[in-house]
Amino acid sequence: MSENIIEAKDLRIFYGMNEAVKGVSFKIKKGEVTAVIGPSGCGKSTVLRSFNRMNDFISNIKITGGLSFEGDEIYGPKMDPAVIRRDIGMVFQRPNPFPKSIYKNIVWGPKINGYKHNWDELVEKALRRAALWDEVKDRLHDSALDLSGGQQQRLCIARTIAMSPKVILMDEPCSALDPKATARIEDLIGELKKRYTIVTVTHNMQQAARISDETAFFYEGELIEFGNTNELFTNPKEKRTEDYITGRFG
Amino acid sequence: MAFDKRKIFNTAFFWGCRISTWGAILILGILIYHIVKQGYPWISENFITNFPSRFPHKAGLKSALAGSLWVISFTALIVVPLGVSTSIFLEEYAPRKRYMRWIQINISNLAGMPSIIYGLLGLAIFVRFFNLDRSIWAGALTLSLLVLPVIVIASQGAIRSVPQSIRDAGYALGARKWQVVFQQVIPAAMPGIMTGVILSTSRAIGETAPLIIIGALSYVAYLPEGPMDSFTVLPVQIYNWASRPQESFHGLAAAGIMVLLTILFIMNFIAVYIRQKFTKFKY
Repeated sequence: MSENIIEAKDLRIFYGMNEAVKGVSFKIKKGEVTAVIGPSGCGKSTVLRSFNRMNDFISNIKITGGLSFEGDEIYGPKMDPAVIRRDIGMVFQRPNPFPKSIYKNIVWGPKINGYKHNWDELVEKALRRAALWDEVKDRLHDSALDLSGGQQQRLCIARTIAMSPKVILMDEPCSALDPKATARIEDLIGELKKRYTIVTVTHNMQQAARISDETAFFYEGELIEFGNTNELFTNPKEKRTEDYITGRFG
Repeated sequence: MAFDKRKIFNTAFFWGCRISTWGAILILGILIYHIVKQGYPWISENFITNFPSRFPHKAGLKSALAGSLWVISFTALIVVPLGVSTSIFLEEYAPRKRYMRWIQINISNLAGMPSIIYGLLGLAIFVRFFNLDRSIWAGALTLSLLVLPVIVIASQGAIRSVPQSIRDAGYALGARKWQVVFQQVIPAAMPGIMTGVILSTSRAIGETAPLIIIGALSYVAYLPEGPMDSFTVLPVQIYNWASRPQESFHGLAAAGIMVLLTILFIMNFIAVYIRQKFTKFKY
């Protein structure tokens, strides 16, 4: 049995008076790809963003219950949000490279965190792992914004990898990309899971079925079903899961 | 029928906009033509290197040019750090509370205040209260007050136009707030901030009224040697020449305007250049 890296116990997230996540409990296994699916507004992104405390910037948010990373409470009093983000990286919905060179995009994170590296090696390693090296090796000092959308998203993945995180969170990483670029990112996720634990939110059920080992289905702030992807898609235990994956709503 | 009406309106609107644009350019062209026609004969090396004189052919704007450079340098020195850090605070750190909105509205109001009011304020505070007398310091501080809101508003706009996703990306890599602000947001906002700085210093260099109020002299036959010296500036010198009855002094005024316009043109050129240079990595 693989060990758990993130564990939630009765996690509740409120936006003001509105309870967006209604007491969910789950365990995310180390070294696996976990897909989080569900219709818009079901709380899946909110849950994902609570793992690396990206919800801290929302003013009227309240989080209760337990949420731990490698046994440490993510919202515990001693936890430094900037420190946890070193271990739990994030790739966003829209590619958001810094308006700087490709090279600087990758070295910025490790540099500001005081890491010491052979920077050229780090850049090459991160770009290779993100399957971008061959396309950009001759123009590392050109603007990252000259890359195509799919390349930009792989650069964002490379930038995250450069931090040597333990977990990579992906918030609908392909929703702004065309099918070809999407396929490349999906292949890449298959490659990355050898080294990192990946949690990805997606609204695309086929994608979840293709890339993930485990799938969590959220609906209206509740975790309806969580389990092995094959089982969940072929033999769902819950009626609502079945209705959603067969396209009866959502 | 309705379709025809819309088509006529469409054409009329297009021509209205077109005439407005070209009309403004035409008027500017006529103004510049008259100034050059009147002032060009007076432009010479002596005009730049001579002190003012009561003999028109000997008069120059050496002291005014030097005074303008002194005042504008000190104004920039005061107002750039103050204005840019204010805008950073307002955009990145200030709590989104009602009193902050009130401050924001007042900054916008200050940007639209008549400049003579700043002159009176500068006279009361810097000249009298702080005893700076009619010095370059007093002039620079007064002009700083005048252009501060302009710089703050322009820089705020530039900082606000940096997408939130850039900040998110920074935080997601474990950055502290000051690292995100100073290493990502400010560099990305730099072209806009620099444009604001140059445009507001351009405004300061053309201001006359507040400096007359705080006592900029109209006849200065020496170069200021330090910030506590008294001074005159180009627009005050031009104003002085223009208000004389003799025709030749009007020519000198026009020539002075040409010098002032050249300086403004150079400053704007620098602004464009900096913008180009900093926007190598634009969104």
